[in-house]
Amino acid sequence: MVVAVIMLAAAALFAWQLMRPAPMELGRFDDIGGDPVAGEAVFWAAGCVSCHKAPGAEGEDQLVLSGGQRLETAFGTFVVPNISTDPDAGIGRWNVGTFAHAVTQGVSPNGRHYYPAFPYASYALMTDTDVADLFAYMTTLPASTAVQDDHDLKFPYTFRPGLGLWKRLNGDPRFKGPSGTPELERGRYLVEALSHCAECHTARDLIGRIDKDAWMAGAPNPTGTGRIPNITPGTLRWSRGDISYYLETGFTPDFDSAGGHMANVITNMQKLTPEDRNAIAAYLLQLPSQP
Amino acid sequence: MAFLKPLALTVTLGAALFMTSSGSYAQDSFQSQLKARKGQFSLLALNVGVLGGMARGNMDYDAGLAQEAAENIVAIAAINQTPLWPEGSDGLSIEGTRAKPEIWEDFDDFASKWAAVATAADGLPDAVGDGVAAIGPALGALGGTCKDCHDTYRAPRN
Repeated sequence: MVVAVIMLAAAALFAWQLMRPAPMELGRFDDIGGDPVAGEAVFWAAGCVSCHKAPGAEGEDQLVLSGGQRLETAFGTFVVPNISTDPDAGIGRWNVGTFAHAVTQGVSPNGRHYYPAFPYASYALMTDTDVADLFAYMTTLPASTAVQDDHDLKFPYTFRPGLGLWKRLNGDPRFKGPSGTPELERGRYLVEALSHCAECHTARDLIGRIDKDAWMAGAPNPTGTGRIPNITPGTLRWSRGDISYYLETGFTPDFDSAGGHMANVITNMQKLTPEDRNAIAAYLLQLPSQP
Repeated sequence: MAFLKPLALTVTLGAALFMTSSGSYAQDSFQSQLKARKGQFSLLALNVGVLGGMARGNMDYDAGLAQEAAENIVAIAAINQTPLWPEGSDGLSIEGTRAKPEIWEDFDDFASKWAAVATAADGLPDAVGDGVAAIGPALGALGGTCKDCHDTYRAPRN
């Protein structure tokens, strides 16, 4: 009996350890001295606005990162949080270290796991400099006092400590696609780390991990009907110029115009440099074709 | 002579809408309304394609042709959308459209998005005559209005 209790306690302790957020050495960010101008470029490439803007916000209003959009998914409804500079409703009290922990590890300042609807599994590949620059830029944005609802999720997804296990099962962040030239490497960094394209363009397994064997082969739309398309070369069949022009204007080669969430993504991609849009195109064209 | 063509199109479309807008659309016209809707977007894409082709350098710049395409876009953007979007013509109710049901939850907002297309289109004819460099930004403004609507009211491709 006593042995059983001890074993149960040990198992519980072990499980608890597995579910705890992994520690991160945060002090290393203090010395970087983020550059807000460089951070603005990171901000658009990382697509923060698309989810964190107020519902329906356009133009300059998008920069008020009050959150409030409701993402209806198979796991329940995620309510996007306020990440504006308000000290109470937003992240105005954060420092670069807590920001880095949140963005790259999905851990809140008080040690709770964030849900991976926040694409930290992709942002984990960000350079320390980009994280610090991004934070420096975001501290220049307006504050919103809007307080958002909690997520409304289905059981068992309501059990946040379980996300610790999910993170362990998800493994360490690794780049997946082609590199080899400076342009491809830049494209890979943009696509895989900042712009987190695979989060929608790649299917997930039963526990919601991105299936790297079906990289960019398309997937069911995570927040509604329809499918997010396959963007590997055998299926997409667009030229480098076609892809760059699409990312710049939203126009497909036959002058249809982007729809759904991709219309938001184009708003971000328009703000990249032409070189960066070309780098994304170069990367996509080097991906292995997927059926 | 070329400038008469888009004008004639505007007049014809205007007349067609005037004749029909006072009456109701019978159920058997549903398919015709959808066909007209799709046709309108095909016409739009065709004309935007002329300007886009020049902007991208895939086509030689031709001021007259650019002007014609721009005026066609103005004419298409002037079409009253109400008859083309009957209730129940969303992608959840019927096949072959990516229109989201949200359109009918706030049709005024939807109509204001189309009005923004018309406003952006109005800037095109003056801009595209000034050489190929002016096409890109003007087309970008138009494309922005496409996106603003698609962002809320158009589902991803199936």
